[in-house]
Amino acid sequence: MDFLTDFPSLGRVTLLTFKKTIDGAFREFNRAYGEYIEAFFDPLLWCLKWIDWIFVHMPWPLFFILAAGLAWLGSRSIAIVIGTIVSFALMGMFGMWKETMETVAIVSVSTALCIGLGIPLGIWMARSDRVQGIVTPVLDIMQTVPSFVYLIPIIMLLGIGKVPALIAVFIYAVPPVVRLTNLGIRLVDSEVLEAADSFGASYKQRLWGVQVPLALPNIFAGINQTIMMALAMVVIAAMIGAPGLGRIVLKAVQNQYLASGMMAGLAIVALAIIFDRVSQAYGKRLQKHREGGHGV
Amino acid sequence: MVSDTKISIKNLYKIFGNNPEAQVEKVVSGLGKPELLEKHGHVLGLNNVNLDIPAKSLQVIMGLSGSGKSTLIRHINRLIEPTAGEMIIDGENVLAMSKDRLQDFRRHSASMVFQKFGLMPHRTVAENAAYGLTIQGIDEGEAQKRSQRWIDRVGLSGFEKHYPAQLSGGMQQRVGLARALTTDAEILLMDEAFSALDPLIRNDMQDVLLDLQEELHKTIVFITHDLDEALKIGDNIAILRDGLMVQEGSAQEIILNPADDYVTDFIQDINRTRVLEIGSVMSDKKSTKGPKLDHKTVIEEALPVLSAEHAEHAIVTKDGKAVGTASLDAMIQAIARPKNQKSDKQYK
Ligand SMILES: Nc1ncnc2c1ncn2[C@@H]1O[C@H](COP(=O)(O)OP(=O)(O)OP(=O)(O)O)[C@@H](O)[C@H]1O
Ligand SMILES: [Mg+2]
Repeated sequence: MDFLTDFPSLGRVTLLTFKKTIDGAFREFNRAYGEYIEAFFDPLLWCLKWIDWIFVHMPWPLFFILAAGLAWLGSRSIAIVIGTIVSFALMGMFGMWKETMETVAIVSVSTALCIGLGIPLGIWMARSDRVQGIVTPVLDIMQTVPSFVYLIPIIMLLGIGKVPALIAVFIYAVPPVVRLTNLGIRLVDSEVLEAADSFGASYKQRLWGVQVPLALPNIFAGINQTIMMALAMVVIAAMIGAPGLGRIVLKAVQNQYLASGMMAGLAIVALAIIFDRVSQAYGKRLQKHREGGHGV
Repeated sequence: MVSDTKISIKNLYKIFGNNPEAQVEKVVSGLGKPELLEKHGHVLGLNNVNLDIPAKSLQVIMGLSGSGKSTLIRHINRLIEPTAGEMIIDGENVLAMSKDRLQDFRRHSASMVFQKFGLMPHRTVAENAAYGLTIQGIDEGEAQKRSQRWIDRVGLSGFEKHYPAQLSGGMQQRVGLARALTTDAEILLMDEAFSALDPLIRNDMQDVLLDLQEELHKTIVFITHDLDEALKIGDNIAILRDGLMVQEGSAQEIILNPADDYVTDFIQDINRTRVLEIGSVMSDKKSTKGPKLDHKTVIEEALPVLSAEHAEHAIVTKDGKAVGTASLDAMIQAIARPKNQKSDKQYK
């Protein structure tokens, strides 16, 4: 009966050697290339530090003007602008200004990274079924593997710090923008594309003049989700060295500071709502031309 | 009508499927569309199509759904690659053009109007009309200035800043027409351009097209499955069935001598008295008796004249000179509907 209840495993010793070999090989790899890999990410670190510095050292009234201006440009809605100002004011009043700025900085940089790499990848996927066939399962894995699992090799390679945190956020947040760029381009009406072809549009004119503009609402939905997921990662990112609101939450968990944890949590929620409303309103305005009715 | 050949389609075959080249021989040796699909899993799009389209004429292509009309017209600007055959336009085989040459050809020599309009939803009317020019690399401002003429010409002045979604179907197709005219291409390809419009609007658009043609003398290839439309606008009509061109000729020829049951069925329901011209039913016999009527007079108008003058014949004139005689008998025989040879529709 034992045979049926105890699964015949490889045995303790075999498994141990197996795991040790993998770990050893990875450490070996790290020892040989770790330095280069770190050097490779140096520009990213530099960029991140720089943006972080700007946000943290920016006079707060200037930040308010910028935030209100961006919210207005994006949404054209007074309610959203007021909501933005009030939320940031509350975060400042409760003593979380610096952390809020740090979080805004890392979310901005990771979103920019996701957009900068995700959209071209999505375009490439839309162009070729082969690429789509390869990239889709990779994205599935990125979205389903628990983030702690990929944190391990990242920490082993790069240690604790801002860059590993950024990479972790990137892995978690990039899939939606890639997927929706691909989908958006593939959904473009084939007759419109045929019309572009019939007038002799070149590949570039077809891509930038027709496919991307018509896919923009979908691409924007992807960017919106990417921002939300980046925000959702700030606490986990804090575990491996990202500064900001996530770190307050982490400290609160470790020390059972209920109020402090709740406040930081609410601040993250407020940021999420602001980013979401502004980017969604912008996305909606992009497809105004699709609505019928008159009055341009 | 000048009869230089503008477009010459030679032995054109198109087979859809995984390995179309391997099927060509079977089709050449007589395998039809249903058999090809059943036995070899390939769809026969076009089967040895040969057609010469004179410059400055309006060629109509007709056929039931799935007969290959869209496939044929898309070979003219090579939106579809052929399986075999040639498409000679102005002496050059479009199907053998390099990528760059083809792009140039599409930009300057042939433009297309689509059944579902194919407008860019994110561009305004003015931007859509100017599309062909911007593709040529002309800057947006200059392009819009040049396309304004065509926006005015198709009757859309004042709507320049609207988006397609804000316009009715008829107006959207006017944009489609303006866009096609803006590049000054000599060839205009229209794939069921008016089929999506309701009858009154369609009639309007046909008039717009005929007016334009009077002025511009383009070579127009016009696809429709509406015989009345074909008769109204076409100089020449070609009829496709299962990818095969079953008959080609003037409307008069096709109505008087339908090549087979398929064509006979096609022309069943038209009002023959209103379409047939006395020039098509006359004999060479010279006669001095009877009223003089131009050869383009339709029977519907000729009959009352004969009856009023108690005449048996009409003298048919062309440019004022007598060219023959049309008898009452010939007219009446011509308006009798041809009967299908077989009772069941064997081509189905
Ligand atoms: N990409 C394709 N792959 C396979 N078969 C095709 C393809 N395009 C067209 N066909 C087939 O070729 C035949 C001709 O199609 P086509 O679209 O030219 O017909 P049509 O005469 O324009 O019909 P309609 O009046 O419905 O527009 C049809 O049987 C169609 O199913
Ligand atoms: Mg068609």
